[in-house]
Amino acid sequence: MKKFYGIEIESPLMLGTAQYPSPSILISCFNKSKASVATVSLRRESSTSQSGNNFWSIIKKLNVRILPNTAGCHTVKEAITTAHMAREIFSTKWIKLEVIGEEDTLQPDVFGLVEASKILSDEGFEVFPYTTEDLVVAEKLLNAGCKVLMPWGSPIGSGQGLNNIFGLKALRSHFPEIPMVIDAGIGVPSHATKAMELGFDAVLLNTAVAKARDPIMMAEAFSYAILSGSLGKKADPMEPREMAVPSTPIFGKAFLDYDQ
Amino acid sequence: MNIVVNGENKKITSLNLQQAMSELGYKKVKCATALNGQFVSVEDRNITTLKEGDKIEVVSPQQGG
Repeated sequence: MKKFYGIEIESPLMLGTAQYPSPSILISCFNKSKASVATVSLRRESSTSQSGNNFWSIIKKLNVRILPNTAGCHTVKEAITTAHMAREIFSTKWIKLEVIGEEDTLQPDVFGLVEASKILSDEGFEVFPYTTEDLVVAEKLLNAGCKVLMPWGSPIGSGQGLNNIFGLKALRSHFPEIPMVIDAGIGVPSHATKAMELGFDAVLLNTAVAKARDPIMMAEAFSYAILSGSLGKKADPMEPREMAVPSTPIFGKAFLDYDQ
Repeated sequence: MNIVVNGENKKITSLNLQQAMSELGYKKVKCATALNGQFVSVEDRNITTLKEGDKIEVVSPQQGG
């Protein structure tokens, strides 16, 4: 498996921590999914509720690597300030950089993303940029200092899967050495399998597990799906053919049609 | 002085950010701060003076995707 900024993760599943029915279900989902990375965010804290302390005590029990995000940031300045706060609070250089450009699709503002990636990379952050499958943007992100790319499968929370297989294949083949994570839009386990079969190095998802009627069962399903896709890719699958080719040998078939 | 903390108006007597965090009840809370949109590290809170109308953001670890 490729390394993410020098770190080899134990499983190619990164799981979000939002929207679960309860903290205990969140913990069970991490256990069943075998996820090796948890995404977290920063939000306003009340001095009376201390919800952050409670949440953090749960996350520490997961024994996974933390990937803080800049979710909800719409400007470079917001994203950079959030990244600084995240680095201090989570003691990690990793940052899942989101600069949102459009509300309906939560599509990344790739211009702001490149600008913020450059600033943060120069400051020593290890940036995981949430981007599109655009090759030109990918090149600019790499030039900005990113050593990982996180192209979307489809809009965040949509569950539509991989909307642009051609574009994702092109991105994968154009930068074969770059660790890439499919982030966003995964809805069902087969989407994750497909991402791994295409040669992506990991999958990041949240809503597909948290919003399933049985999140724990779905978490387990994703662990099998990702393993399946990963092994399938490693096994070097056959090339598709235009026409049928019998798999059972013709030679030796009994002649039984005596009416001819 | 009057300041704004996480969008709410607050009246404090503290003169710097570190004192203000204690006064506002955040002393034992795992949190990060920004003053008027700029990150202020834990180390710099005691040298960050406050003035009337300042806007402070206090954030903590929360669920995220």
